[in-house]
Parts: sequence; C-alpha cells; structure tokens
Amino acid sequence: MSLIQETDYGTPAARSDRMVRLTIDGVQVTVPEGTSVMRAAKELGTTIPKLCATDSVAAYGSCRLCLVEIEGRAGTPASCTTPVSEGMSVSTQTPKLAKLRKGVMELYISDHPLDCLTCAANGDCELQDMAGAVGLREVRFGYDGANHLVATKDESNPYFTYDPSKCIVCSRCVRACEEVQGTFALTIAGRGFGSRVSPGQSEAFMTSECVSCGACVQACPTATLTETRVIEIGQPEHSAVTTCAYCGVGCTFKAEMRGEDLVRMVPWKDGKANRGHSCVKGRFAWGYATHRERVTEPMIRASVSDPWRVVSWDEAITHAASEFKRIQARYGRDSVGGITSSRCTNEETYLVQKLVRTGFGNHNVDTCARVCHSPTGYGLKTTFGTSAGTQDFDSVEQTDVMVVIGANPTDAHPVFASRMKKRLRAGARLIVIDPRRIDLVRSAHIEADHHLALRPGTNVAVLTALAHVIVTEGLADEAYVRERCDLQAYAHWAEFVSLPQNSPEATEAVTGVPAADLRAAARLYATGGNGAIFYGLGVTEHSQGSTTVMAIANLAMVTGNVGRPGVGVNPLRGQNNVQGACDMGSFPHEFSGYRHVSDDGARDLFEQAWGVSLGSEPGLRIPNMLDEAVAGHFKGIYIQGEDILQSDPNTRHVAAGLAAMECVVVQDLFLNETANYAHVFLPGSTFLEKDGTFTNAERRIQRVRRVMRPRNGYADWEVTQRLSNALGYPMAYSHPSEIMDEIARLTPSFAGVSFQRLDELGSIQWPCNAAAPDGTPVMHIDHFVRGQGQFIITEYVPTEEKVGPRYPLLLTTGRILSQYNVGAQTRRTENSRWHEEDVLEIHPHDAEERGVRDGEWVRLKSRSGETALRAQITDRVAPGVVYTTFHHPLTQANVITTDYSDWATNCPEYKVTAVQVARGNGPADWQVEYSAQARRSRRIEAAE
Amino acid sequence: MSSDEVHATSVVPMANQIAAFFVSQGNHDAAVAGTADHIKAFWAPVMRRDLLALIDAGQADGLSDIARDAILQLR
Ligand code: SF4
Ligand code: SF4
Ligand code: SF4
Ligand code: FES
Repeated sequence: MSLIQETDYGTPAARSDRMVRLTIDGVQVTVPEGTSVMRAAKELGTTIPKLCATDSVAAYGSCRLCLVEIEGRAGTPASCTTPVSEGMSVSTQTPKLAKLRKGVMELYISDHPLDCLTCAANGDCELQDMAGAVGLREVRFGYDGANHLVATKDESNPYFTYDPSKCIVCSRCVRACEEVQGTFALTIAGRGFGSRVSPGQSEAFMTSECVSCGACVQACPTATLTETRVIEIGQPEHSAVTTCAYCGVGCTFKAEMRGEDLVRMVPWKDGKANRGHSCVKGRFAWGYATHRERVTEPMIRASVSDPWRVVSWDEAITHAASEFKRIQARYGRDSVGGITSSRCTNEETYLVQKLVRTGFGNHNVDTCARVCHSPTGYGLKTTFGTSAGTQDFDSVEQTDVMVVIGANPTDAHPVFASRMKKRLRAGARLIVIDPRRIDLVRSAHIEADHHLALRPGTNVAVLTALAHVIVTEGLADEAYVRERCDLQAYAHWAEFVSLPQNSPEATEAVTGVPAADLRAAARLYATGGNGAIFYGLGVTEHSQGSTTVMAIANLAMVTGNVGRPGVGVNPLRGQNNVQGACDMGSFPHEFSGYRHVSDDGARDLFEQAWGVSLGSEPGLRIPNMLDEAVAGHFKGIYIQGEDILQSDPNTRHVAAGLAAMECVVVQDLFLNETANYAHVFLPGSTFLEKDGTFTNAERRIQRVRRVMRPRNGYADWEVTQRLSNALGYPMAYSHPSEIMDEIARLTPSFAGVSFQRLDELGSIQWPCNAAAPDGTPVMHIDHFVRGQGQFIITEYVPTEEKVGPRYPLLLTTGRILSQYNVGAQTRRTENSRWHEEDVLEIHPHDAEERGVRDGEWVRLKSRSGETALRAQITDRVAPGVVYTTFHHPLTQANVITTDYSDWATNCPEYKVTAVQVARGNGPADWQVEYSAQARRSRRIEAAE
Repeated sequence: MSSDEVHATSVVPMANQIAAFFVSQGNHDAAVAGTADHIKAFWAPVMRRDLLALIDAGQADGLSDIARDAILQLR
C-alpha cells in the first residue's frame, strides 16, 4: 500500500454545461465555462506554481505565484483568478514568469524559518515544493530582516497546533473555515507585515468559535496548522480509504498510516457524502481504538456480582453457546434473542440476524435503530413504498427552501450541516421547526426565515396545520398529485386537513406556534421552489413518531416535492450504519430488503439458502424482550455493539430486564454499562481493524477498510461466525465480501452490490440492480416505489406524558457536536475537553422561579426516576422546556425518560418527559450507588 | 413485578395506541381491521397471547373497544 495522493486542481470545478476551448503551452484543452486557467492547465497535467489557491475554496489571488502570460493581454494575470475564454492562448512558463515567481518566493522565504529538516511538514509542505518548483537558489534579502520567528505557538487545541512563525498569510485557512465549514472563526488580524491568522478576537483556538473540524489544517500549505499527531509521529507512509464510524453522514477518509500507527484521518475529496470535509469526531476522535480501557480478551462469570475471569476465545464461545442451548432447552426456543448494532458493518449486522434466525431458530432480533429511526421505516414505507430517504446529499445544492424538523445538524450531522449552510449562504431559505433555538436558526451569515418553536410533542399538530394552509389556500400541486398519488386517499386527506380544528389558529393553543408564522412558513415551503425536508430524532422519538413521518411525506407529496434533485424527504440518520442495520434484516418482522417474514416467497428464498425452516410470525422487539424478561419468559441475549442500559429509555426497567436473564452476552470494545449485567464479554474490534461496508443516510454503501490488526484478535463478524458454529449452525465465510455476495443474492435492492463494484465506483446508493446498475441517487423519479403515493390521515393524539403540578416542565434530549451518543468512544478521546459533563439547559424564568443558578447542581425528577446534573441557564430553550444530552453514564438521562413509545414501532418517546427541577447539592444517591456498583461489576480477577 | 403487571403496563396501552391511530383512518370496521393487521404484522405471537389472556382473565382494564375487537379477531 502506498500513500494515496489526491490531485489539487487549485480552484473548484466549474458547473457549466457550456464548454470552452483554449490552448495552454501550445496544447489544446476543452473545459467547462467558468473554469480557471490554473485548473484547465492541471487538467492537462501542467502544474502552475501556486500557494494561496487550493481546490476546496474559491480563488483569492493573493500570493502572485501562479502568474501566466496570455496572448493579446497585457501583464501577467494570476491563473487562479482568471477564467478561461474561448480561443485563449496561455503560456505557463517563460523567462519573465520564472523571474517574477522567484522574486515572490524570495520574499516568502526571507520571512520563513529555515528549519525544514526538523519541521513537522517536511516532505508535505507546499512552500518547500514551490521553492523547488521555481528553482529558488538564493535569497537576496537575507534572513536578518524583520520576521515572525519568535511568535508563540497556540497549542490549546488537543488535535492541532498553530505555529504563527510559519504562516505565509495565504488565508487558505480563513477561506476553508468560511466556505467549507461555515463557522467563520478565523480572520487575518493586523495589516501588512504584521498580519497573522487569528481565531476570533486574538483568542486561542480552544476558546474561540472554532469547532475543531480541521478544514483549516487540511487547507494550510505549510506547517503553520499541523495535526499534533504528525508533529509527534512524523509523516504517514501509506493509506487506505475508509468510512467514518460515527454519524449517518458517512464521511470517507484516507486513513494515513505509519506502520500500524494511525497518523491522521484526511477527508477524501472523492467521498460523495462529504466531498473532502469532516467534523471533529471523524477526523480526530479515534483515539479510543487504543484506549487503555479497551478490553481485548474474552471474559466470563457465573453471576453478575462475581468479578470477570479472563478466558480463551474457545472457552468463551463454547460457554456462551452452551448457555444459550441450555436456556432454550429449558425455557423454549423463543426464550433467547439478539441485538444487532448500527455501529457495526452491514456484513456483521447481517450475520447477527442470520445467527438469530438460524442458530437460535426464532425471529427475536432487533437493532438499536428501534430507538431512533424505526418510525422512518414504517412511515416512508407506508407512504412512498421504501424505508429510506429519497435523495442524495448533493441534492441540497439545488434546494431553494429547507425545512429542518427535530434535527440539529450542526451538532449531530456536522458535515452535512456545512453543506446546508453553504447553500443557505447562497440564498436558499430556511424554516426550522424545533422547540429549541438550534444553531442553524441564527449563525454566521445565516438566519432562518421562520423558527416555529413548538411545544415538545406537538409535531403532528404543526405539520397537519401546515398541510391545512397549503390545501385551503390553494397551494397544493394538484397536477403532481393527480399524476402520482392515490386520488381517493388524497381526497380524504385533503378533507381532513381542511377541517377547522387543523387550522393554525386552532392548533396554536396546543403547539405554541403563532398562527401567522405557521401560515407564512407553509406558504414559503409550498411556493418557494424546490422544497426539501430534513428531519431527525426530534421527529421519530415520540409516541406519534410514525405519524409525524407520514405527515412529512404528505407535505412533500402535496407540494410535488418528491422525485427530483433538490427536494425530497431526508431523514438524518443518527449512527453511521442505522440505514444499513435496517436494510440488513435486523428487525424481528422482516428479512433483508424489508420483506416481511410472512411473505412466503421471501421465506422460501431464505429457507433454501440457509437450509433451515423459518417461522412466519414476527419475533420480539427490544422493549418486548425486556418486558418478557421481567415476566420471566425471556432468558438469554446476544448483544453486539450496543449499550442498551445507557441508550434505552427507563433505565431501571432495562436493568430489571437484564437482571432477570440467565445469559447476557455483550460484544463490545469496552465494558459498557450493559456489561454490568453481562455473563459473557466478547471483545469487539474497531472500524479500523476490519473490512466491510456501512450505509449512510442517503442509502450510500461505502467500504470500511482494515488498516490495522484487530487488537482483540478477531473482527466482529468472525466472532459471530464462531458463536454460530458453536451453536451448531455452520458458517464458513473467509472474508466479508462473501457475506456481501450472499446479501446481494438474497436481496433484490442489493443485487448489483459487491466489494468489487464498490471498489470500482467508490460507493453505491441502493437500489442497485439490473435496472440501476450504478445505484440510485434520487428515488421515486417517475413514480413512487409503491406505485401511487399514499396520503395518510394524521390526527394529532397528544402523548400520555403530560405536565402537571408535580412535573410541570417538559424535558427533551439531544446530542452535541463533540460527543457521540452514549459517549463510549468520544468520552475516551480528547473530545471530552469540549463537554466534560451533561448539563441541563433551563430558561431564565424557570430557573429564577426555582432559585436555580447557572452552573449549580440541580435535581431532575420524572415519574420514572431522578438524577442530578448542573444547570445552564439559557434562552435557547423556551420557558417550560428543559434540555439535556445523554453522553455520560453518570448522568444517565434515561433514568428520567419513560417507556412511552411510538404507536407503530415502539420507538421510545425520548423527546418528551414531564419533569420537575429543583436545586440540588451534588449527585443523587443512586448516582453514587450506581458508580459504586459499576465499579464492582467491572472487577477482573487477577490471572493465576 | 408479576407477569400480569408487566403486560398490563405494556400490551394494553400499546394496543390502545395502535387503535387510536386507526380510528382516525376510517369507520369502525376499517379501524378494527387496520389495528388487527398492524398487530399481526408487528407483534410476536406471545404478545398477542398475553393480551388475549388478560382479556380472558378480565384484567384488560382500559383496553379500547377497537383494540379489543381487533385482538379478538386475531384469536
Ligand atoms: S478547525 Fe474548523 S472551525 Fe476551527 S478554525 Fe479551523 S476550519 Fe474553522
Ligand atoms: S495558517 Fe496556513 S493556511 Fe492560514 S494563512 Fe497561514 S499559511 Fe495560510
Ligand atoms: S461524525 Fe459524521 S460528520 Fe463527522 S466525520 Fe464522521 S460521518 Fe462525518
Ligand atoms: S495561487 Fe494564484 S495568486 Fe496565489
């Protein structure tokens, strides 16, 4: 393997269909109109020296190194800022240009430390390269003049270092922060010779607005902004392209290695989800892979009060299998089940559900997608016919009106948020529907046209009211509806939404959204051009989650906003492989490709391929498994890569369920909270240690490539395979590509997918089959997958979870940029420096009423339980609403959440819990007890 | 917590919630049919049995009519 080198074309690609022909150094080239001369030359293979240009940001024309001569034009224009024109004749290398360029370089070098041999960027420095390219041999000005060599370094950021003495003030970093990331954290401070890059008002990076995305580091041509790892380890020597294992954006990276050491992750420019950008998690937060708390040896114990005993893989697997067999013999075939992970690869997930259906012989398999996007599957399948988003991410570049509902993209889907912000800065309009003033509502150069700050739990009422306005004001796209949708269902639906009780005026009292605002938002979405809806868990994690998804689909259909680029319904998936885990048949009622277990044709296919007979009735979902466990019927579970104790609602109920089981097998990187109740621990492997695929929120299947050996000895799919063999159902895959081949054979929407095709195409969006051999970026183009689009009546049914005198506030939950879900990984990286603990956001009025002061401990209590955390007083949340994250086990926000859930899918209602907040004086008793119990449970017996 | 308590706190409200959605979709018969189809498609057989057992034991307090008719149809 060698180091993958990507071409820097100097300026971004032009988007025109009109082509322009010109000559560069006597060679003809044809490029799209709007292309720079620099880029056109590069297309030909001619590199014009440059410093301030790079193809991730617009040209700036400050360094004057890229000068060219153009026939018939006076002077020496900068090739980066000069667009091509028809018939142009360009010379890139003449004696005059050579002299000018040398002069420019001399100036740069005279003010630059000449410590190249010991510089971290040695071998990867564009200044060094350019000195070579222009043939610089002497510096006539000497090195003794004024310089910046003594400027102090900013090492405040844990992941990169800013060394101003090396800065050439090319402003690539400033432009990357603005154009690529959209944060506007950097400026060039000072003037002339004194000018330097500065975060904010001469702040340190850590205390500035910087979100540590690393775009500036990537753009910097010198060692001024350098990854701290590169400073520590040195330059990488080989690399492989792989996919981020954090969120559903699915950024692809070059994992740049030195031996088995990961030096840095560099976003891959050809990555179609991220287009060369990343966030702090994917680029920097992978240190957990080598964290000292990672468990790499299998362990077992007879009882959860015993310490763990380290055993061989053989012993652990044999023990687990014999326990499952014993339990099934005693309590029946349905007394065990498994949970697949949205963190693991498609191949691994597929294998776990296969193990359950064959090795266990039942359909008791579920996935953590249950607790996040199961309503998306149900809602979109019912209305459109497929359980997935309709668009690719590129589509946002053609969106005119964005509606963001119950999602906080800048924190949870940061790279896609950067792409949204870019489009918003270019003029797209924005409607945010969220109880909280998320960053997108107002941030640098962005202001939402409407922020409908609804009361938590009233999504359906708001969306139905939007439909009311669209239908009653005659804004429906009737031609589209006539051509594409079931007209009878439409007529019923239109009649329903038009009812006076669904008008914004009538719903205002319930939703808290002023009717005039809602009307204006509806008009904007219906008439503003291409309208796209983006939503997250603030939509799904409600008792009416599935209804809300269908209400969204109704809105998209009635305005004709499905089936072309720029529009659509876009669920923003939480975890890296939520989409994949659902696609792979992780739900108890369906096989891969969303075919119900009662479908005889599908069952036949799997029975023949797997050589077993399969039941035609669904198995248990996670909450049902826990209920059955508490009831004494469900006794054993195999959990791969999920921490249900921390992530699932009503922690005490989950704990009771787990405690009632006789064999809990946890396969994970760390002794997570669920492992406190486990009898067998099988160490897992990280995404850096295995091959496979993830599928992101746009249905894009991308390769995960192994860059180091698994520290635990096996990739997760190998562990599942061993367990299956021990259970008596033989599996003999020698590589994950063989698992994908089986998936493709058995799943029509994956028929054309293979590792080889993925290597050829880079990524594939399913469906990929004979009709769409290269995959499907935009779905439902001529007709809906189900035939006609189906309008569904969405009556608002208030949640049972109601505020009252004892619990007068509504708690809603979310996540923040630097942390990821239960935090098992991010808490074990430097990302914790941004978020050391979960805090409770509370409005100043509510705080004052309770005597709560900023930063002080408060007690948070619901009908389910009580916890304590520190308060943060902010008007981001409305009066009556409090908000927290759930990244830290000590807080365990889910002690508070109830077991109310979505009516259709049992997706828990995380987003609405009635609570009371009172002043506190430190952690609650149970938190102290829980920490002690967790510590006890994590004891490992000393080896003999 | 006994087995019945668990189910009283989950299968009954779950069935009611499903019924509450289908009530809005059409007349009584359509609502019953929709609820029954949904339960058949998404509930493990043991959950249906649990609910029927509660009805038989006269312990399905609070079960809505639509939900009751739907589950009885599936017996
Ligand atoms: S790391 Fe990202 S946010 Fe921070 S200054 Fe650089 S580009 Fe801006
Ligand atoms: S920090 Fe790097 S990218 Fe920014 S102006 Fe200085 S040299 Fe250019
Ligand atoms: S966490 Fe999400 S946005 Fe960040 S790098 Fe990974 S995939 Fe991209
Ligand atoms: S690269 Fe063109 S002016 Fe700097």
